[in-house]
Order: sequence, then C-alpha cells, then structure tokens
Amino acid sequence: MALKVPADLEKEIDKRITHYPESKRSAVLPVLHEVQSHFGYISEDAVVWVAKKLELEPIRVLEVVTFYPGFRQKPVGKHHIRVCRTLSCAMAGSAELMEEFCKKAKIDRSKVSHHDPIAVSEDGQYSIEFAECLAGCGTGPVCMINDDFHEEVGTDKLEEILKNCD
Amino acid sequence: MAKVKYIAGKEPHAKEHRMIFRNVDREGWDTSLATYQKEGGYKQLAKALKMEPKAVQEEVKAAGLRGRGGAGFPTGVKWGFVPPNNTKPVYLICNADESEPGTFKDRYIIHQDPHQLIEGLIISAYAVGAHLAYIYIREEFPEGAQILETAIEEARKQKFLGKNVCGTGFELEIYVHRGAGAYICGEETGLIESLEGKRPYPRIKPPYFPAAMGLYLCPTIVNNVESLCHVKHIIDMGADAYGKLGTPRNTGTRILCVSGDVKKPGYYEIQVGKVTMGELINDMCGGMKEGRKLKAVIPGGSSSKILRADEKFTLKQGDKDVEIGIEDIPMDFDSLMACGSMAGSGGVIVIDDSRAISWVLNNLNTFYAHESCGQCTPCREGSAWMKKITDRIVSGNASPEDVDTLESVAYNIDGKTICAFGEACSWPTEAMVAKFRDELIGDTDGKNAKRPVSKETQEAAKNLKSLTT
Ligand SMILES: Cc1cc2nc3c(=O)[nH]c(=O)nc-3n(C[C@H](O)[C@H](O)[C@H](O)COP(=O)(O)O)c2cc1C
Ligand code: SF4
Ligand code: FES
Repeated sequence: MALKVPADLEKEIDKRITHYPESKRSAVLPVLHEVQSHFGYISEDAVVWVAKKLELEPIRVLEVVTFYPGFRQKPVGKHHIRVCRTLSCAMAGSAELMEEFCKKAKIDRSKVSHHDPIAVSEDGQYSIEFAECLAGCGTGPVCMINDDFHEEVGTDKLEEILKNCD
Repeated sequence: MAKVKYIAGKEPHAKEHRMIFRNVDREGWDTSLATYQKEGGYKQLAKALKMEPKAVQEEVKAAGLRGRGGAGFPTGVKWGFVPPNNTKPVYLICNADESEPGTFKDRYIIHQDPHQLIEGLIISAYAVGAHLAYIYIREEFPEGAQILETAIEEARKQKFLGKNVCGTGFELEIYVHRGAGAYICGEETGLIESLEGKRPYPRIKPPYFPAAMGLYLCPTIVNNVESLCHVKHIIDMGADAYGKLGTPRNTGTRILCVSGDVKKPGYYEIQVGKVTMGELINDMCGGMKEGRKLKAVIPGGSSSKILRADEKFTLKQGDKDVEIGIEDIPMDFDSLMACGSMAGSGGVIVIDDSRAISWVLNNLNTFYAHESCGQCTPCREGSAWMKKITDRIVSGNASPEDVDTLESVAYNIDGKTICAFGEACSWPTEAMVAKFRDELIGDTDGKNAKRPVSKETQEAAKNLKSLTT
C-alpha cells in the first residue's frame, strides 16, 4: 500500500529538501525525521516513498534507516521513554531508573536485544529503551520522553513524570 | 554593559571566568534576537565584516584558539588549510553533535544563547569564504534544533544572513541538519557522510582531509559549537587581549563539564590552565561526596585515559621537570597531554572509592561496542570483544588471563583503524588495565561484592559460553 502523505507534511518536506541545493540525497535524514514524527515509525512503504521523493534506490534509504538508532521500523508507545545508560548517569542510578520505569509503566524488557532495543507496554501507552549519553551528564540520571528532556530523575519523581505525560 | 545576575544557585564560582557562558542560567535572559542585541549582539559581526577575511583568520590564529571539540587543533591554522588555488565552493559545518560521554556544554549554548553561536558562525563563514553553512545537531536536541531555526530566521530578517549580509554583498545561508542518534556522526568525516545522506562511515585520511575534500568533495571546515563562539569574542577583544586569557599556548577560556561523584557537578568556565584539578574538584565542585575519597578521574570525555588519584606525573616548568600529583594538574591541553591523557572535549568524570573499575570500564565498553560504525574489523570486532570480556569480569565469570586478553584486544585496535574512534574505544581499556590491573584481576573471581551488576550484564555474561562464540 502506498504511503498516504498529507499535503502539509509534503510541503514541509519539500521545504527541507531546498536546504540542500547541491544534492537531494542530503535530505534523506531530514525527510525521514519528518516522516517518523508524523507516522511514529518508518514503514516499508515510507522507505519507498522517501526514495521516490529523493530520486534514490530504496536501498539507499533503507540502509540509513537500519543504521541510525534514531530511526525505528516499528511503532512505539504513545509516550516513548529514553533512559540514558552511559557512565555518568549510571553512576547517578540510571539502571534503577530503568527498572522503576518498567514497573510503573508495566513494560517487560526481557526480550529486547541489540537489533530490537525498544519494549512497549501491553496497552501501547508507553515504550522504553536505553539511550547512550544524552549530553546531560551533570544532572543525571536523565531521560527523554518523546521530545522532552528530564534531569535528575530520581525514582521518587517517576509517578509524577508519567502522570504529566497525558 | 548591564551587570549580570544569575538564577539563584547558578551563580559562577569565584574561580570561574564567564565569557561563553555569560548568559547561561542568567536571570532575565532569553533566546530572542532583541535580548541578544540589547547587549551588543551582532556588533562583532559588523566589526569583522569591515576586516578582510584573511585578517579575521589571522586574528583567530594569533589568538591561539584551539578547538574545543576534542583534538584541540588550532582553529586559525585549520582554516588556512583550504587550498589557496581553490575554485570550488567552501562549506562551514558547526559540529553540534555533542555525543562524547561526559560532555554537556554545547547543550547550554544551543538552548540558551543561540545567537552567540550564530554570530560566531557567520564571522567564521566570512573568514573561510563559505556561503553555505550547516549546523549538524544531534537528534536528541529536538528543542535545540527548533531554537536554532527560530534564531536563524530572526537573523535572516535582520539581514545578518541572506544574499547581502549587513549590506556588504557577502552571501550566507545557514541550515540546521539533525542527526539520528549515532555517536560516530561527531567524527568530522562521519558527520560529512551523514550530511550527504548516507551511513556515517568515516572517510580515510589522507586523502579525505575535510579542509581539502569534505562535503561533496569540496573544501569544508568543521568546528565545534564552543570553538565558533570563541571566534566572536576574539573579534571583540582582539587577539592580544584574548591571548592573555588562560596560559601561553592554551589561551582563552573553556567550559569544563563535571559529572560523577562530586558534591556539585555541573559546568564551570575557567581560563584555560588557570585552575588545577584539585581546585576544580575540591573548591568549585564542593569536594567528593560525604565520606568518600577520590579514586580516579577521566579528564577529557570518556575516551581520555583515566588518571589515578595516587599517580605521580612529571611536568615541565621552565627548563625543570617537576613531579606533581593529580590535584596539581593544570586544566589545559598541554598539561593533560603531558600527564598521558588529554583535555579532549572538557568532560571531567570524577570517580570515588565506592566504584569498581571493572564496572566503570564495562559501562564504557558497552558504549563503544554499540557505537562502532563497523567499517574496520579491529574496531567492530574488538569493541564487541572488550565489552564481552568486561561483562564477564563484572559478573565474576572471568579468569585472570582474561585481563591480558582484554589488553591485547585494545592494542590491536589502537592505530589500526580508519578513524580516531579506534583510539577512543581502546584508550579506556588500555589505561584502566595498565593502572588498575590488580583490581581487575581481583574482580575476576566473583567474590567482590561491591559491584552493582545490572541484569543485562549478568544475562550477557551467562550467555557467553566462550569468547570465540
Ligand atoms: C569518535 C569521535 C567523536 C567525536 N565527537 C565529536 C562531537 O560530538 N562534537 C565535536 O565537536 N567534535 C567531535 N569529534 C571531533 C571532530 O572530529 C572534530 O575534530 C571537531 O568537531 C573539530 O572541531 P574543533 O576543531 O572546533 O574542535 C569527535 C571525534 C571522534 C573521533
Ligand atoms: S575506527 Fe571504528 S568507528 Fe572508525 S571507521 Fe573504523 S569501524 Fe568505524
Ligand atoms: S552519561 Fe547520561 S547524559 Fe551523559
């Protein structure tokens, strides 16, 4: 099934493409970002659509999608949580933070792997993954929920943070 | 200029010298162009545009500015590498990927003082003759990307950007380009590949030195966010006055990002080399946490070699060699290099005596195993092996010989790869094995109870029957 791209999204995409007067191919990342932020993930149809838009072979788009951890090929929860795993946050307690998040948001992480790092709650409300250093090491542990950045996230703050998501 | 007031609790320490971070966490400050201009914003641009581009370059060179992104390479010298007979377009890229663990300074500039960066960027573009510039920003700064785009729009409306910058005929556009969560996009040639819409596989140097063959194989200058901000202040102060900040060969200010086991982690802007490690940790950061002692410091981002609290270092002072301890190390490029490590990205990670080195190393090895781009066999395989071996050590499933294997894997990566990630991923292992060998060997028997081992690591270690599977 061909991807249905609303007119305003396509307009935004067309504008992004103009930022690369030398090479349309340079727009692969920005266009994928637009597509992912609208649809929630990059489907096979989306890959084909983006490739056509940028006059590329679909593999040129797919290889980008599969390389970058920031692009995903499956839907995530309504609220996607990224907990920083790296050293400074780990020292501040990010492993405990991850466990508490999973408990509170009812997420089972037992099946995650390198190639499939995201776990989603049964009701689809929440999903979670570890991220590498989010450049907030001075105020760890840190996490992102969708586009929002949270610092000094003690486990005692979780209830409130999750409540404020909705 | 108005006296600066800071948000309560965010006031600078007496040993700080706020220049780049003057407006960070400042009371009444915001990201608008109006606020920025109220205090002389974009005056330096006007000043620079009256100079010849070459003269701006010379000023930056004379100021002695060294790159704040990691390597500490002199910025003015790098700009001079654009071939003199070049006929192709020149590009300027601002590296806002900020992904070296322990580093969090560019975040504040982008989110709180975007016009400072944009002014520095425009001046730098003028100096190197670029008419198109990109800000490559990590994907995890979505708000930052928006703030920058808004600021660029404002600057364009005021004719600081566009076809006729400030009526001088100089033409420049800046666009924001968002990455997608890969550390290797911070490496300048990986960044360039990414900006070309590809996987960020770094290019081999030679021949692909960006200043000669960068974006679209045209001359390209890549500079860190903080470096570009300094350019504005060099134009403001003049090279001589700027060069008097800091110490000779290590001029200006720089932002140190402190994290880990100190009472007051955070950012501290110092005159380069005017503050020692001891002053930073004990005075500025309020010392170690209650009842804890310093065990080690990773002084310049996660890749920099660890320094032990009880190590002795030899520094040249004048013609004499003097022996100093960790707390006496001046926080500058040359001193940290002389101590066998580096000032790198300015990320100082402080480690106390409650931490097991095996756990610290395993955390970093997990990072590097995840972030290797996979092009070179030593790096791709080696980074994964180093993680597997430290998985075994932290979970108490290793043998003492594993520590030797670990070390040999690291030395088989270092110096044998396309990009400097090879060194970045092997230095932590090389240094920690060399400096904490006994502790690591002691940890192999599984009796050490103080290691907090995550479920993931335990699982990984259990599933690892042998190193060759
Ligand atoms: C693995 C790796 C990661 C890097 N990450 C960054 C980064 O996140 N930000 C940055 O400014 N420089 C980073 N660098 C350094 C850049 O390659 C480049 O040297 C720098 O942006 C140049 O800017 P400067 O001269 O202003 O320091 C990295 C280098 C390597 C090898
Ligand atoms: S050293 Fe590692 S990160 Fe750099 S190009 Fe080789 S495999 Fe990629
Ligand atoms: S280690 Fe978590 S933000 Fe840097």
